Amino acid sequence: MRLGLSWLREYVDLPEGVSGADVEAALVGLGIEVDSVVDQRETVKGDLVVGRVRQIEELTGFKKPIRFCRLDIGRAEPQEVICGATNFAVGDLVPVILPGGVLPGGFEVGSRKTYGRISNGMICSARELGISDEHAGIIVFPADISAKPGDDARPVVGLDDVLFELEITPDRGYAMAVRGIGRELSHAFGVPFREAGLAGAPGATEKPAHPVIVEDTVGCDRFAARAVRGIDPNAPSPEWMTRRLTAAGIRTLGLSVDITNYLMLEYGQPMHAFDLAKLRGPLVVRRAHQGEKLTTLDGVARVLDAEDMVICDDTGPISLAAVMGGETSEVAPDTVDVLFEAAHWDPVMVGRTARRHKLFSEAAKRWERGVDPALPLVALDRAVRLLIEYAGGATDGAVLDLDHVQPPTPVILDPGLPARHIGVPYTTERVVETLTEIGCAVVANGQTLTVTPPSWRPDLTDPADLVEEVARLDGYDKVPSVLPIAPPGNGLTAQQRRRRSVARALAEGGYVEVLSYPFVGPAALEALGIDEPAVRLANPISDEEPLLRTSLLPPLLATLRRNLGRGLRDVALYEMGLIFRPRPGAGAPPEMGVERRPTDEQLAAADAVVPEQPWHVAVVLAGEADAAGWWGEGRPASWADAVEAARIALDAAGVPADRVLIRNAERAPWHPGRCAEITVDGVVVGHAGELHPAAVAGLELPRRTSAMELDLDALPAAEVTPGPRISTFPPALIDVALVVDAGVAAAEVERALVAGAGELLEAVRLFDVYTSEQLGADRKSLAYKLTFRAPDRTLTAQEAVAARDAAVAEASARVGAVLRGA
Amino acid sequence: MTYRNDPYDPKQVALLDPEALDDAVAQAEKAFGAAADPDELTSVKHLHLGDRAPVSLARREIGALPPAAKSDAGKRVNQARAAIQSSFDARLAELAKQQAQRILAEERVDVTLPWDRRPRGARHPLTTLMERVGDLFVGMGYEIAEGPEVELEWANFDALNIPPDHPARGLMDTFHVAAADEVVAATGGAAKPSGLVLRTHTSPVQARTMLTRKPPIYVVVPGRVYRTDELDATHTPVFHQVEGLVVDEGITMAHLRGTLDHFARAMFGPEARTRWRPHYFPFTEPSAEFDVWFPAHRDGPQWVEWGGCGMVNPRVLRACGIDPDRYSGFAFGMGIERTLMVRHGVGDMRELVEGDARFSRAFGMEV
Repeated sequence: MRLGLSWLREYVDLPEGVSGADVEAALVGLGIEVDSVVDQRETVKGDLVVGRVRQIEELTGFKKPIRFCRLDIGRAEPQEVICGATNFAVGDLVPVILPGGVLPGGFEVGSRKTYGRISNGMICSARELGISDEHAGIIVFPADISAKPGDDARPVVGLDDVLFELEITPDRGYAMAVRGIGRELSHAFGVPFREAGLAGAPGATEKPAHPVIVEDTVGCDRFAARAVRGIDPNAPSPEWMTRRLTAAGIRTLGLSVDITNYLMLEYGQPMHAFDLAKLRGPLVVRRAHQGEKLTTLDGVARVLDAEDMVICDDTGPISLAAVMGGETSEVAPDTVDVLFEAAHWDPVMVGRTARRHKLFSEAAKRWERGVDPALPLVALDRAVRLLIEYAGGATDGAVLDLDHVQPPTPVILDPGLPARHIGVPYTTERVVETLTEIGCAVVANGQTLTVTPPSWRPDLTDPADLVEEVARLDGYDKVPSVLPIAPPGNGLTAQQRRRRSVARALAEGGYVEVLSYPFVGPAALEALGIDEPAVRLANPISDEEPLLRTSLLPPLLATLRRNLGRGLRDVALYEMGLIFRPRPGAGAPPEMGVERRPTDEQLAAADAVVPEQPWHVAVVLAGEADAAGWWGEGRPASWADAVEAARIALDAAGVPADRVLIRNAERAPWHPGRCAEITVDGVVVGHAGELHPAAVAGLELPRRTSAMELDLDALPAAEVTPGPRISTFPPALIDVALVVDAGVAAAEVERALVAGAGELLEAVRLFDVYTSEQLGADRKSLAYKLTFRAPDRTLTAQEAVAARDAAVAEASARVGAVLRGA
Repeated sequence: MTYRNDPYDPKQVALLDPEALDDAVAQAEKAFGAAADPDELTSVKHLHLGDRAPVSLARREIGALPPAAKSDAGKRVNQARAAIQSSFDARLAELAKQQAQRILAEERVDVTLPWDRRPRGARHPLTTLMERVGDLFVGMGYEIAEGPEVELEWANFDALNIPPDHPARGLMDTFHVAAADEVVAATGGAAKPSGLVLRTHTSPVQARTMLTRKPPIYVVVPGRVYRTDELDATHTPVFHQVEGLVVDEGITMAHLRGTLDHFARAMFGPEARTRWRPHYFPFTEPSAEFDVWFPAHRDGPQWVEWGGCGMVNPRVLRACGIDPDRYSGFAFGMGIERTLMVRHGVGDMRELVEGDARFSRAFGMEV
């Protein structure tokens, strides 16, 4: 909403010398957001002066009439200017911008040769000065203005105001008008507020201005109308009105409509002007019939909903109530009889209608935020008087007013509540004073105050609303700073600590954290071979990606590809976040009110509908895991890095290695031969390995791109780790090489060795995997370093060898291992 | 050669001459001095200290001397031998030291060779900033509360005093979850609301916290939120907020200011200040937007918008089962992206969301 300071001054006696910045600070201090402040004087730069036309020389031989003018601009020599307009005569006063000046939009005016003459400046139209859309000719000032040639023309053309672009919060409908902002400024500057012309509007007469039936007094609790007949249809809107409308960003559309818009800006009362001659029979205000049609003023044929309110005549709906009028009944350039309507509509209904039809008109914005129901007759009276003043015609004095407005409900306020909730010791007197200032009627009632909000403040329904008004008017800057002392807390939860540990371990392991959008599309899922139910958005950002991720990988791989696309070659990324698993058949959550806490059963039923959202962690990597450099060759990232990332994560998560089991598995999007299934206590918690070549090709990723994903919430809680017993006796080290079938998993062999070796085995480490023709194509040799140690003595060679033999025997029994070289 | 030295043999005993011994010492010192390294030194050691060395041979002659001469001669031989040994030891130490120095010199490397053998990982600054905020409040006794990102519309809106037709609901640009296929099918294909949204703010966790905990409640809620904004330099459909909620007896707006002042100083330095502008949020009453001023701003000391705050609306307390006549509370929230951009002078939102590894790496492990 854009308003000028001059208009505000009509409502509030702002002290002289108050600047735009002062007003801005005052408004911000009261909770009115100021998007911009425009000093109109600065919209035209340089010399914009009043000039008197002394001489006009008509130049011929051009496609259009061109005038070479000599103007008196208060200097010794006349100013010579070329002008393409013809709507002025010798002796007229006109606005002239001199060379060096800049018009709105950045047009620089200079001395230039045109039509064979030198033009030193420009005579301006209203559009060129950004005042209105008028461009039929240049501005000719009335002869009786006091300005002399050479004077600054800005005040004369109306470029002397300061405009404020304001953002009004949804609770303050009253502030969407000059009247409301003026009231706020009167609080800020402590100066009187003038309810200009708000008193003394004539009330309903016996004979209505037009027959009207309101069928739904919930949707429309007040409907008022007055008529003016016999106006001059060609009467223009007064210049002061169009100037203010243009400044507010509202197009001028003829006097009757301009008056309704002007009063909406000034009072906050949206109105409508019907052409009486086009109305057929009485007006009926009712809900629309489902499917009923209406072509609104914007030319759109709309199908109405049973909740919309419409104004009808005998022909059917002629206006989408409170939102936009219809084409058939609108005032037109030939309208001579006008019916002004000013009503009061249900804000909820208007909000729904506006959203349903995506029609966020200036009127709808005000209705939704709440309009003062006391305004209709006042606005009508002013509209009628303005129309008669500028277009003639007459009113028959008939006033229609169907008023079902409920009076505001008083709020019972404990006068100590503001102090208790704000922490400022407001006295009861101060509370009463501030509430009275904003228009409330306050009556002391024993220990409490009965506060009746003014008609323009439907937002004041609760004691808390009144507390805010007290604090706001008294000033938020008066609230002191006191740090509350919280009771002892329990620190981070185990899950929170675990997520941090895992994140830090992966980062230290060379992975870079990214945070991808969780949106995925069927194309990526298909490329990856992922086929599982997903949560679908009704209004996604992109129709290509309407689903929420069921795995971190699809968005994370897209991030990997973006990095590679930017020229990074060796990229290892990790991400930690929620994935979303729908609950098929869960239905919709139960209806839960807000008057009291829902029952535990209701809450449980509601939460049963909410998708499962476990925390996952994933890594993806491509290129080299270890860089090549002066130290030697690099090492390409592989499936093994992905599996190692899982081990790093599990270790950081506090899962003991002996509870982790890793085995080959097949699962999309991994390579079926290079996918590790990771289990903890037998429960699958994730997968790691190289991606399926088809997925890699489909997503245009480098070959051998590898990935890991774990469900962090599936991991068992970390237990209290028992302290180890550290033996100080020397170890016995024995290497064994075991030959097994190629298909035997190394982990199986190791488990057998551990089981067979018994308690003396301290560590087992696979240090070589070897295949050769000699061994045979389907055989492999696994070389292990076994470390034996006793807690209480130095082992003898015999003891160590016996333990080794037992280990080998177990491996032999379990997986057919043969001791190599034995 | 154990025979009586009856006929005194001047040749044999010549070995015991002081001159001869002095000469042996001199020879040894000369030979040791000539050795270039410990190995060479060791290789000549036996010539001067070995069994056939002059001092060793001289020692054998002592037995042939008359008893009166033995003591004197023995003393001389020992002195000579000690001198040679000491000369050897000194030379060995010197040579070992020289050799060690030479090896150290030879082993010199160019320590300016690049050291980026292991690729460097990093955490995302939004995560570490959220953790930092969390830690600050945990240090004050708060706990970190969490909630789902696909959230009940009731928790995201209704419970927070944003009824279905409230204008604020329209301003939130909400992602709605489509109703499950079978629900749509059951209603003859009509679009039916699922009752679920991607949470538009972290505030539903306020509701969940109050539904599950009893006052006193002191929590912060860092988390991911969603609005249907297109990505540009200042907007992203997926972003992060941190929210604070306190519900206790006797909580006032002054406590809110004290908490925000402390928070601002922790984030922006000890000189940071805050100011409030009245605003409207359905779930707080009174409400304010707050700005922070700090000297280290990229464009010089200035006020920047930081977040929103207010006293928890009694309607919200009631909907969550907390008696508003006994308890009051405050809540505040701010964008993590915005905080990071202001604090670190990041100019473009896209850098925060695109996942370019270079961006995270610039921040390392902490912010």
